[in-house]
Amino acid sequence: MAEADGEKVEVVIVGAGLAGLSMAYVLAQAGVDTVVVERGDYPGAKNVTGGRIYMAPLRHYLPGLWDDAPLERHVTKETLTMMAEDSSTAITLDSDRFREEPYHSYTILRGTFDRWFGDKVAEAGGFVLPKYRADDVLTEDGRVVGIVMGEEDEIRADVVVAADGVLSLIAEKAGLRDTQQPRHFAVSAKEVIELPSKSIEERFNLGPKEGAAQLYFGALTKGMLGGGFLYTNKESISLGIVVGIESLLEREPKLEVHELLEEFKGRPEIRNLIADGETVEYSAHVIPEGGINAMPRLYSDGIVVVGEAAGLGLNMLLTVRGMEFAVASGVLAARAILEARERQDYSASSLSRYEELLKDSFVLQDLETFRNVLGFMENPRLFGYYPQAICDIFTQLMWIDEKPKPKISSTVIRKGLSKFGNWATVKDALGVLRI
Amino acid sequence: MNVETKLGLDVFKIDEEPHIIIDQDICRRCEEKYCLYVCPAKLYTINRETGDMEVEYSGCLECGTCLIACVHGALDWNYARGGFGIQYRFG
Repeated sequence: MAEADGEKVEVVIVGAGLAGLSMAYVLAQAGVDTVVVERGDYPGAKNVTGGRIYMAPLRHYLPGLWDDAPLERHVTKETLTMMAEDSSTAITLDSDRFREEPYHSYTILRGTFDRWFGDKVAEAGGFVLPKYRADDVLTEDGRVVGIVMGEEDEIRADVVVAADGVLSLIAEKAGLRDTQQPRHFAVSAKEVIELPSKSIEERFNLGPKEGAAQLYFGALTKGMLGGGFLYTNKESISLGIVVGIESLLEREPKLEVHELLEEFKGRPEIRNLIADGETVEYSAHVIPEGGINAMPRLYSDGIVVVGEAAGLGLNMLLTVRGMEFAVASGVLAARAILEARERQDYSASSLSRYEELLKDSFVLQDLETFRNVLGFMENPRLFGYYPQAICDIFTQLMWIDEKPKPKISSTVIRKGLSKFGNWATVKDALGVLRI
Repeated sequence: MNVETKLGLDVFKIDEEPHIIIDQDICRRCEEKYCLYVCPAKLYTINRETGDMEVEYSGCLECGTCLIACVHGALDWNYARGGFGIQYRFG
């Protein structure tokens, strides 16, 4: 690439993740000269998900692409578990709708998935350049005109796309975002634990190719904002924990994420599910939690920001979303660039079309609708008091001993009133109405 | 399983050039030292002899938690150079 000085393409995309690759796919199909710069050895080498991916947005934005995608299992069982110190209460939704094709969601491993997606982009005529890290943006007269890689290499382009993930150093270099605040991010640590598919299907009561998605909250994060997740892949389990970075900084005594993950693995609810499994990978990832209040500017002269780099993620306790936002934002940014290309105008005002398209889509509408969810989740009672109270009531109802048992109604009413009949819980209930 | 054993399962391509540079002057004045416990790979330690903050960058998972947690701005943090660092097989 030494001769790359002066090399010019139409669009250079930094980062071969779902946003960058979706965008490259659309642009390449339209015949736009597109390069994706990826710092890993292959697309997916630096990418981590929990993970599960919701399919309807993908099918809508890139129809026909996903039929041979290397997805893991389609999810037929959704479980939410509230954990107390020594007990837990789980709610499971098992629905026939989850068994109808096209399937609602799949578990996914990004190492295989993104590599496949990179090949699709190449087939469409896009160019993925692995093992190159973009270090800076090239600017002229205040507008972005390319990227700098290392000491010598640069690629000039009509548009630079910051698709470089949650920290987006490229958006920061381009002056589109400030320094990140701990409050707006969570850290996740995950293990991939191999198990034979037969064991997975038996332990989770799944048919062939069916999968389970489980979210946990409560005592496992010791009062901190966060939770646990478990997804069944074809021949492995993705098991992890998420904790808000600000909670982690403020908590006394201090706790470490990898220790919380080990304790979580040791809980009887989890221990038996992963017994005899072999951990084959340990990963960590930062997750945007700030929602619409923490988004960077999405465009400027010669640059747009997509996917997690744009802060597009939504943790709503019941569902954790991000990958479908990445795909949609990539496709919408590509459409905006195609329009800008017609006009041969890549100025901020021309590229502002991207934000309009995002506002018309589920992406910014969902982020807008759920703008208060972080405030709601920052309530420590959600991760301590409530799961404990619910488990206590259930324990009381289920427990039989030699003493006469009170009426069920009296247990529920008495316990319920003592635990939920106070001003703090009323206030929390009103808080639910805001999300 | 401790975190060192877990990191031993991962594929790293180790660069001689560190991708995280620590400003020791800022670290010495820092009271919180959040980096010592927020890193999910537990890579930050204080050198007992010199008192310097050290990071074992070769085991870095490139998540960026330390960068966000270092509220005093002591880290000159970048991703590992192209073709180096963690290479996730599963992700």
